[in-house]
Amino acid sequence: MIGLPHFLVLAGVLFSIAVAGIFLNRKNLIVLLMCIELMLLAVNFNFIAFSHWLGNLDGQVFVFFILTVAAAESAIGLAILVVVFRERRGINVESLDAMRG
Amino acid sequence: MLTTILFYVFATVLVGAALGVVLSRNPVHAALFLVLAFFNSAALWLLLEAEFLGIVLVLVYVGAVMVLFLFVVMMLDVNVAQLREGFVRNAPLGAVIAAIMIGEIIYAVWTRHLGYDLRPAASMLPPASNTKALGAVLYTDYVLPFQLAAVVLLIAIVAAIVLTMRRRPGLKQQDIAAQVAVRREDRVRIVKVEPAERP
Repeated sequence: MIGLPHFLVLAGVLFSIAVAGIFLNRKNLIVLLMCIELMLLAVNFNFIAFSHWLGNLDGQVFVFFILTVAAAESAIGLAILVVVFRERRGINVESLDAMRG
Repeated sequence: MLTTILFYVFATVLVGAALGVVLSRNPVHAALFLVLAFFNSAALWLLLEAEFLGIVLVLVYVGAVMVLFLFVVMMLDVNVAQLREGFVRNAPLGAVIAAIMIGEIIYAVWTRHLGYDLRPAASMLPPASNTKALGAVLYTDYVLPFQLAAVVLLIAIVAAIVLTMRRRPGLKQQDIAAQVAVRREDRVRIVKVEPAERP
């Protein structure tokens, strides 16, 4: 029988893969955004699993808001990406050193 | 039994798709793997009786956000080889950190059972349709955050347009206001032409 721990472990594995992806693709801005989407998906998994097993719909409402904010975030992120590409002729993160960080 | 089989099938494909997102060489392939991951997540959410969110995930994420991603990936002329450098060098660190995180999560969630037993046989969610129940909560208890979410989306629209809009100096285009505001005196000049004397 599938229980809550199964879903939590699945979400944890998903989140860890996304974290590893940020380490691996640290030059590619597009894949970094995709890894952030994967992380948000893992968090949504936790919310929905707890909502199911606690019998409380508030978790699903939170997933709704996370989806909204994630859509807004990816839209603005891709807009910034397009502007960066226009300015630098590439999306290498290494080239974004104007602030000497 | 069927639920168990479905869970493991969808979970396996989901983890494989996530690995594909992280490891694939081509950003287009990564975006398509992400689409696969979203589809399998939607199926798993259906197993968890979150039907509305599963469908919203497919509609909003696969239908809008991932199309936006694919659009941007294909529009930009990305040099993949240059972006891949450092991949192998960073791979051990990323793998070690991911392994540590997975180990910790499994220890906390699986071995310790979070301190309490959460294995009810039947669902405790309201028996009515999930969309109806969600709407009943969303438009009453969460009406203010709902409005704020709408504002967030509006700000995202405005920000995306403002960021990507640009004025090109050499571009020829109509200035409608100037066209409408023009008057007869600006354009028409009446010239009195004296008839010439016949020689």
